[in-house]
Amino acid sequence: MNAPIRRLSFIVAALFASLLIATTWIQFVQAKDLQDRPNNRRTLLASYARERGAILVGGSPVARSVPSKDQLKWLRTYPSARLYSQVTGYYSFTYGAGGGLEGSEDSLLSGQSDKLFYRRIVDMVTGKVPSGASLELTIDPRAQKAADEALGDQRGAVVALDPSTGAILAMVSHPQYDPSPLASHDLKSVASAWQQVNNAPGNPAVNRTINGDLYPPGSTFKLVTAAAALSSGQYTEDSEIPGPATLKLPDTTNAKLPNDDRLPCGPGGTSTLLVALQRSCNTSFGGLGIKLGADALRAQAAKFGFGDQLSVPMRVTPSTVPEQMNRPQTAQAAIGQYDVRVTPLQMAMVSAAIANKGVVMRPYLVKDVRSADLDVIEETSPEQLSQAVSPDVAARLTRMMEAVVQNGTATAAQIPGVSVAGKTGTAEHGSAADGTPLPPHAWFTAFAPADNPRIAVAVVVEDGGRAGNEAFGGKVAAPIARQVIESVVNR
Amino acid sequence: MSTVTSLVPRTRRNVELGLLLLAIGIVMLAYLNVGLAVQGTFPPDLLGYGLGFLVLGGGFHLVLRWRAPYADPLLLPIGTLLNGLGLVMIHRLDLAHQRTGGGMAFKQLTWSALGVIIAIAVIIALRDHRQLRRFTFIAMATSIGLLLLPLVPGLGRNINGNRIWIGLGPFSFQPGEIAKITLTVFFAGYLVQTRDVLSLVGKRFLGIAFPRPRDLGPILIAWLVSVLVLVFERDLGSSLLFFGLFVAMIYVATERRSWVAIGLTLFCFGAYAAYLMFGHLQQRVLLWLHPFSQQALQVSDQLVLGLMGMASGGLLGTGLGRGHPNFTYFAESDFIYPSMGEELGLFGLFALLMLYVLIVERGLRTALGVRDGFGKLLATGLSFSMALQVFVVVGGVTRVIPLTGLTLPFLSYGGSSLLANWALLALLLRISDQARRPVAETAVASSASSAATEVVKLP
Repeated sequence: MNAPIRRLSFIVAALFASLLIATTWIQFVQAKDLQDRPNNRRTLLASYARERGAILVGGSPVARSVPSKDQLKWLRTYPSARLYSQVTGYYSFTYGAGGGLEGSEDSLLSGQSDKLFYRRIVDMVTGKVPSGASLELTIDPRAQKAADEALGDQRGAVVALDPSTGAILAMVSHPQYDPSPLASHDLKSVASAWQQVNNAPGNPAVNRTINGDLYPPGSTFKLVTAAAALSSGQYTEDSEIPGPATLKLPDTTNAKLPNDDRLPCGPGGTSTLLVALQRSCNTSFGGLGIKLGADALRAQAAKFGFGDQLSVPMRVTPSTVPEQMNRPQTAQAAIGQYDVRVTPLQMAMVSAAIANKGVVMRPYLVKDVRSADLDVIEETSPEQLSQAVSPDVAARLTRMMEAVVQNGTATAAQIPGVSVAGKTGTAEHGSAADGTPLPPHAWFTAFAPADNPRIAVAVVVEDGGRAGNEAFGGKVAAPIARQVIESVVNR
Repeated sequence: MSTVTSLVPRTRRNVELGLLLLAIGIVMLAYLNVGLAVQGTFPPDLLGYGLGFLVLGGGFHLVLRWRAPYADPLLLPIGTLLNGLGLVMIHRLDLAHQRTGGGMAFKQLTWSALGVIIAIAVIIALRDHRQLRRFTFIAMATSIGLLLLPLVPGLGRNINGNRIWIGLGPFSFQPGEIAKITLTVFFAGYLVQTRDVLSLVGKRFLGIAFPRPRDLGPILIAWLVSVLVLVFERDLGSSLLFFGLFVAMIYVATERRSWVAIGLTLFCFGAYAAYLMFGHLQQRVLLWLHPFSQQALQVSDQLVLGLMGMASGGLLGTGLGRGHPNFTYFAESDFIYPSMGEELGLFGLFALLMLYVLIVERGLRTALGVRDGFGKLLATGLSFSMALQVFVVVGGVTRVIPLTGLTLPFLSYGGSSLLANWALLALLLRISDQARRPVAETAVASSASSAATEVVKLP
């Protein structure tokens, strides 16, 4: 009987081997997947058992964890309440982490990221309770505050970039919300705060600078059209282009594209490209768009970053120029109407590229990642995304944008002693239920100082803001941009 | 005939004592660890419990020195270690659930003491395992009786949807655990008598030798009983265990692979028919294959919770007292393996599995070493049933097989399980004493019952 007993022992060995493999599979191979599963209470509790990293702006925290005496050992707090709500997002026991960096950089903040692997090993050996990494942001607190105050109670967004690096200096989206109640350990009040945020008018949970419903850019898109024209080599800023009071659209029976003031662009219905931009003549740019063609517009927009999948590290909704356009649609697209849709960040990137000799830098929000003892673990280095226009074209566009601010549609953006280069926009966007057109979105994008750019900014005020139907970009959005620029340049 | 192995006839009792002290030391450390981690204090009863363990384990050790000096030195320390670690985990879960009045750990401790006492009694009362052969058919009747006991109205109890318990006043008992041993005794006794008939007589069909119906009868009864258990008591684990045990033993007895084929075919038919007939079986299979699907989560999330617990343990575990094993249902019984995995990690679980491997390996080695057929079959059956039970339980919670629900020997909460496993360990110790004893002492017995002579000695 010994032979079958020996063979049986192989079966026993196989049975136990399968258990060892299954156990290894669960605890080693699958462990991370299982821990990341939604509704894993253990993971949530574990994340509250160690200190979550802080989010720092200019060295002081805008989100941090403080010790708590209840079952969850740490309470998340947001010292500046609403000002950074879109940047930080929320961290809630019930609803998880989301809405901003809390969500997109959760693995770093919670300390679970692979980037922290060696540090975790050290913590394990030294018996320290591991803590998450802190994020130092690129935000300039003064620019952020200026943008917030200038936007006031109006709905809209302001985003500012350092043109030479792509660092985001300000990111403000109105309306805002206070993430603190969502982080509370009183689960009932968390639920009611969640209701409040999600049912609030204007949807404060949305970050309008990077992923709102996207806006029609209006006349600010004329920068892209002008860039395409100059890059084609057939135009300079001094080229005379036709600009009648109304442009009859080709291939249609009697559709017309009028100038805002119903007047021709310059004497005799022609003007230089510079003057057309300065006065923001729709007919000039509509005609220019038809001449250049839809492909040239799309290609130029793509070079500025349209269609790119970006994350800053929050995901950015790509801005778009429609794939298929006939000639009348191209004319409308050339002045930022039809189905052209952008994020404010994208329009800031257009200005920043012009300011930066035509080079588009990848936008980013996290300057560096630090361990609990403030060692820098990872530093973001500026990265070139594309060359949107040649340095020569960038210089020409800069001169044209300066003219816009000096004595064009954006005189409200002037700053004594600083040359500001900018472009206004007033974007129509459909009608209310009763057929009356909605007040237009007011746009302004700019950079300054023109000869040594330090900041590029884009501002959108929804539905004309306080000015309502009387709104246009130069009146409503330009002063906001001016205050943000002043906060950075006038020091 | 079985060859006389060249085991060195040394008692190794001092090795046993050393390992026993080590096991008790580990358990005390674990208990201290839980006290410090959960309550932040030095458990005041640590020394008392340590002393109690020492008295029980040491007592068993002394009895072995006295009545079974050649018994395997590993079995007692491993049993003590597993039992002790189970107690620590149950105590830790008591704290997490804030169960007062002694909680489950105290009951388990009482049963452990009782289990050790019964094991000692077995060693003292049973001077030679061959005495059990006389009870072959009594064992069969006892097994069937025990298995059917829960179906008796008024006596049986439904707990968690399984009718495998009997209740007497405040006590509840799972007779199937004891039946595991009596059934093994029956199989060993019956097969050692009929093995030659089973393997030699019968018609060949399709290349497989089928035995005569009258030889097959008791075997079919055993198979039917295991299916009956499955059907009426919803005890999938036990039926799987009994059937696997039976197939393994008949294979060892007859040395014919055709039996394995026949057995597995019968099992597959039985299992498939049962799957088609019973909703709860279909649920188990669904939970096994797609535990994370919405459909499965509506039925039960206990498997998922156990998996998440194991995942949170990772390689090294959270440390005793620092995880949340109490999030899992039946954390101290069917799911004690994930509980251990959460706090001791992959390393801890490997260590636990290795302890079981050692028990089974020592048991099979005993089977190889012992000189009589009955002893071989009994030792094989007892150790294989241990292996199979571990496989069914651990395989269930790790998704190797569908979850069926049995206790993990020595570790899980459960009085009947502890008694049965301590008794099983005592039997193995008794046989191993015979196996390791110098040949001179048992020369007569060995030649009398060797395989070659048994063909002549028909019952």
